[in-house]
Amino acid sequence: MAQYLPILYAVIALGGLGILFGLVLGVADKKFSVEVDERVSAVRAAVAGANCGACGYAGCDAYAEAVVRGDAKANACTPGGAKTVKAIAEIMGVNAEAQEPMVARVRCQGTCERVSLRYDYSGVHSCRAVSGISGGSSACEFGCVGFGECLSVCAFGAIQMIDGIAVIDDDVCTGCGMCVDVCPRNIIKMLPKDQTVVVMCRNEAIGRIAKNQCKTACIGCKRCEKACPTESIKVVKGVAIIDESTCTRCGACVPVCPMDCIVNFYERDPEAMAVATAQAELNNIDMP
Amino acid sequence: MNPIVKILLFMFSCVLTNNYIFSRFLGCCPFLGVSNKVETAFGMGLAVTFVMALASLFTYFVYYYVLIPLNLAYLNTIAFILVIASLVQVVEMFLKKSAPSLYSALGIYLPLITTNCAVLGVTILNISEGYNLLYSVLNGTFGALGFLVAIVLMAGVRERLESAKVTSPLKGFPISLVIAGLMSIAFLGFSNMFAGVM
Repeated sequence: MAQYLPILYAVIALGGLGILFGLVLGVADKKFSVEVDERVSAVRAAVAGANCGACGYAGCDAYAEAVVRGDAKANACTPGGAKTVKAIAEIMGVNAEAQEPMVARVRCQGTCERVSLRYDYSGVHSCRAVSGISGGSSACEFGCVGFGECLSVCAFGAIQMIDGIAVIDDDVCTGCGMCVDVCPRNIIKMLPKDQTVVVMCRNEAIGRIAKNQCKTACIGCKRCEKACPTESIKVVKGVAIIDESTCTRCGACVPVCPMDCIVNFYERDPEAMAVATAQAELNNIDMP
Repeated sequence: MNPIVKILLFMFSCVLTNNYIFSRFLGCCPFLGVSNKVETAFGMGLAVTFVMALASLFTYFVYYYVLIPLNLAYLNTIAFILVIASLVQVVEMFLKKSAPSLYSALGIYLPLITTNCAVLGVTILNISEGYNLLYSVLNGTFGALGFLVAIVLMAGVRERLESAKVTSPLKGFPISLVIAGLMSIAFLGFSNMFAGVM
């Protein structure tokens, strides 16, 4: 029994000190208590709570304070979506429209088999590091590097690295935009969730070179430009870009692309497909 | 030697020759993190001074009247961290109440005083150097004043740097590290100042 006494003493001594300091802190807390607007904690509870920074403030606490001060809009929390906007609007007693739901799209299809490697890279496991070494190890210097810098910053676990490129799960993505800033190639872009026709390439090289770099590169052939009924797709700097404000999401540009680099996400979503078909009929456009 | 002269020399040696940042290299995190503006640097310095002085006082009692009688001297690190953490909490509450602007300016660096190695360093040094109560508190107070001097000097330099032309690779943090090194070398000049008399 005697050999356990030192342990007992240690527990009692440290526990006693802990309780003593705890009591002192408890008294100090009462004495120095600051009145906090209860709406701040209510708003703080309503937001998504990922500290992602999509609202433009340092974190969820800072945003909640800014909302109560009246500096921030009630609909700035994109990860929270319409539910959060409604909750904040109720707390603050204001009317707020939910922002259009956004989703991050990785505009690249350069999987391992489509893009060849120029050299073997065995340095720091970081997209930024590898793209600094003579334009990166993959043959295409515009596409996804594949080291998952975006995956590491995603607070919601919406990004997966599949076959050398980042793939974002639309259902999980909250549209906070953290991955957009961190991508050294600028291939991730925030797009409206219903913008489901996407040019999945950023290759600005001229057609012949682009074709050699990747089997699904945009070669700037302008066939999509001619196919578009609303002139919303334009080839700029050798790569097709869709203007989301005028695009009707009809998908006419998808089948004409010889490189299969325009992707229609409707095909993965039958419900949205039906909506798109209805829209196309309304505008007298032939659906492919 | 006259004890008062000895104490005065001890105070100066804490601030200049044994400066916690420039010669012991403790507490570099807030030194680089909160030295953007003289005002916040001064506030940080004062907060650290408060914590370090009181931590020296309390840890002295905790060590000699609780840990030593119970043969628990090996637990000093844990016990000291407990003391420091509680003190930092009190400082945080106090600042939140009385100086909210300083509180928000210090931000995360305020709770991080808990893990400021200069604070733990001073308490452990007090024990290992065998200082008595007076010298422990003096070491804490004036060691922290040395920290205050260092961080305010650094903040002054960095405020001037804002308008200086710095080559782009060195802009921002790198040049701050270079300056910290140069200031440390400058403080090396004090190193033998009291060697003959103490």
